[in-house]
Amino acid sequence: MEGAAMSFDIAITLQRGDTRLAYTFSAGPGLTALFGPSGAGKTSLLDAVAGLVRPVDGHITVSGTPLFDRQQRINLKPEKRRCGYVFQDLRLFPHRSVRDNLLYGWKRVAADGRWLSIDVALDLLGIGHLLDRMPATLSGGEAQRVAIGRALLSAPRFLLMDEPLASVDADRREEILRLIERIRDELRLPILYVSHDRAEVERLAQQIIPVEPIQASA
Amino acid sequence: MQGLSPAEWEVLLLSLKVSGVAIAAVLPLAFGLAWMLARWRFPGKVVLDAVVHLPLVLPPVVTGWLLLLTFGTNAPVGRFFADTIGLTFLFRWTGAALAAAVMALPLMVRAMRLSLEAVDRRLESAARTLGAGPWRTFMTVTLPLAMPGILAGLVLGLARSVGEFGATITFASNIPGETQTLPLAIYSALQLPGSELQIARLAGLSVLLSVGALVLSEWLSRRSGHGRGRHVL
Repeated sequence: MEGAAMSFDIAITLQRGDTRLAYTFSAGPGLTALFGPSGAGKTSLLDAVAGLVRPVDGHITVSGTPLFDRQQRINLKPEKRRCGYVFQDLRLFPHRSVRDNLLYGWKRVAADGRWLSIDVALDLLGIGHLLDRMPATLSGGEAQRVAIGRALLSAPRFLLMDEPLASVDADRREEILRLIERIRDELRLPILYVSHDRAEVERLAQQIIPVEPIQASA
Repeated sequence: MQGLSPAEWEVLLLSLKVSGVAIAAVLPLAFGLAWMLARWRFPGKVVLDAVVHLPLVLPPVVTGWLLLLTFGTNAPVGRFFADTIGLTFLFRWTGAALAAAVMALPLMVRAMRLSLEAVDRRLESAARTLGAGPWRTFMTVTLPLAMPGILAGLVLGLARSVGEFGATITFASNIPGETQTLPLAIYSALQLPGSELQIARLAGLSVLLSVGALVLSEWLSRRSGHGRGRHVL
């Protein structure tokens, strides 16, 4: 279709063990939630969009830019996709301080490509006082905010968030939820958001995609 | 205790030269093999693994004999080195270094392989999504996280090469000033009656050298770990 490009236009087949699973959806701007039970392959789907898992077939287009297209032999490397991936297990670099973690992606973006200043990010996330700490000393909520900050500062064109409340204490959930709402409303990045929690998804998402992979014939 | 005699200096400096050259030369090979064994899947991997470990399980004399068969003057590999870059090993300090390198290799590969396998690959994929290419990811994530194990491999290899005896005396012989490293000098002194003091002094040197290597590695690892209590051994 010509005209306004969808934020996410995805039709892929993934190999998982002996089975092949097909996923097809497209989503408009804002936050799109991928909602489904554990084991439905939601994380594999995000990995495919980030370029960490190679689909056996199909295409992935984000805001009009093809990231993967098997027929056209397009397969951008992960470092070229400009995605901000907030992993479920956070993956902060344990040998680097919070400051170095935050700047890891930021340093690898050309100055004119950065759309978020460090001060604004620190203010948004409320992590300015953590800069000299090592990741191992952070609480779950602090580590989560640092992980989100690290992804945002890499100047991504879109965000992938995998169960961002998973490692957060119950009394810190509201704080992170509000933060995600602010990112959604103020930064206006397309967000692909994975969760198995219906209430969370209904609160945050403009669009909810149930993830029910269809077994494709091999 | 008096200072070192000229003969003792000669033994010590030769030992340092042999071990230093051996470890420096074998380090890239050891790291490459450790990387292949930790990260790659290929046919014959089990065989390669076994060959790398051979010097660890074979009697050193047998390793020395195999080196003679491979790197001797008339052996194909030995001839190749002699013809192309004029490098010969027999009865020379280069032979002692080669023997030391071969004996140190399995210990270095083991330690480095374990440390590479312990690096969380998920951190590497995180670095990729943050814009780092494979090489940057290696330099900023993989290598620093594997560094304690790499240093451990270096120290183990250094200790093994300084102590190397069997393969050296078989392959490069026991020539004072050329291939007579510390262990060989101690062995020679043991053959002479009345050299107890000399033996004790040489043995003391060996201990100093080993402890020095250990302290150095601990210091390096603390520096690379920014003093966060990561230990080499």
